[in-house]
Amino acid sequence: MNMLLQELDNMVVYSLIIINKAGGLVFNRDFNPALNKISVNDLLVLAGTFHGVHAITKSLTPSSLGIPSKERTGIEVLESSQFRLTCFQTFTGTKFLLFTEPHQPNVDTIIHKVYELYADYVMKNPFYQLEMPIRCEAFERGLMSYIRAK
Amino acid sequence: MATTAPSQPGPKPLSPPTTIQAASSTARTPQQPSQQHSGLRTPSNRKTIYDRNLNRTRTAELSRASFAYLFSEMVTYAQRRVTGIQDLERRLNEAGYPLGQRLLPLLLYRSSTPTHPHPRPTRILPLLQFIAHPLWRHLFARSADSIESSSTNPHEYMIVDNEPLVNQYISVPKEMSQLNCAAFVAGIVEGVAWAVGLQCAVSAHNAGEGDAMWPGKTVFLIRFDESVVKREAIK
Repeated sequence: MNMLLQELDNMVVYSLIIINKAGGLVFNRDFNPALNKISVNDLLVLAGTFHGVHAITKSLTPSSLGIPSKERTGIEVLESSQFRLTCFQTFTGTKFLLFTEPHQPNVDTIIHKVYELYADYVMKNPFYQLEMPIRCEAFERGLMSYIRAK
Repeated sequence: MATTAPSQPGPKPLSPPTTIQAASSTARTPQQPSQQHSGLRTPSNRKTIYDRNLNRTRTAELSRASFAYLFSEMVTYAQRRVTGIQDLERRLNEAGYPLGQRLLPLLLYRSSTPTHPHPRPTRILPLLQFIAHPLWRHLFARSADSIESSSTNPHEYMIVDNEPLVNQYISVPKEMSQLNCAAFVAGIVEGVAWAVGLQCAVSAHNAGEGDAMWPGKTVFLIRFDESVVKREAIK
């Protein structure tokens, strides 16, 4: 995956993963066709691992900082020379992971917009069952048109 | 599909906006000592929606999100009790029907002035105009996108909506691709048509297949009864 990323700076949002509150993968989408494909199994493992690591990092926050336990968050950003992973956790424990190019600006705006699309097209869809994999055409349509317009 | 008016036990509010507002205004005062009313709940100021002026909510608008959640629950509720797609559409249609019956007098009242009462549409074309413009504007704050008549069947007319508000956030799963939740709106249209005495059956159909611009395009097919078409020819 890393080798290819250097050539792809025209498309700066690489992919999106949504993890439910139990650590299960409910949605993943690559926005760049040139990315190496990861098998579904590996993605599930990745989601589960991240969920665990996130829980550990949350309890790693030093108590000397005086942050109340409710406000402690886990990993928010993970950066490498090739990509940056931004994690946004909702109040209900759903996690949005966005893989972007390391210098991508306004990732917060993008991830909030993705959350908004999720709240609209997934949560308001009567055919979506909570915590289950997301198969909502309207959500994917909205997502694609938003990311393409970036 | 012969639809009869579902019986309406007990008092019911007059229009959908007031229904929802009344529900939310009563819900906001839960600490009110519960006077065990059988049907209508009375808010703290003792004024029910029947005491309000009918024009009061004329320009009021509802939050789209709250409507979307409510409608989503309606679909889920209906879905738990049906055996198939047609059954589900019939239930949504029946949920809309009484709204249509009540919206007709309300909208006529609102568009009338004391000296110039608005006439009730009694023929097919004025009815379709009434549905596509005042009714659509009241419900969705815009007109319907087009009115068409079938070239093959004189009984059939179509109202096209490129992006029905009720379907905005809904993605129908592939195995139910025949379903269109705008059957609820079809029920409203049917209620209006029956209320003016033009018997018909209305159904909602997906027409957005392969349409990149309007993937949610919906056609409301209005099939008038034989008697209505005959009467139309006489006058």
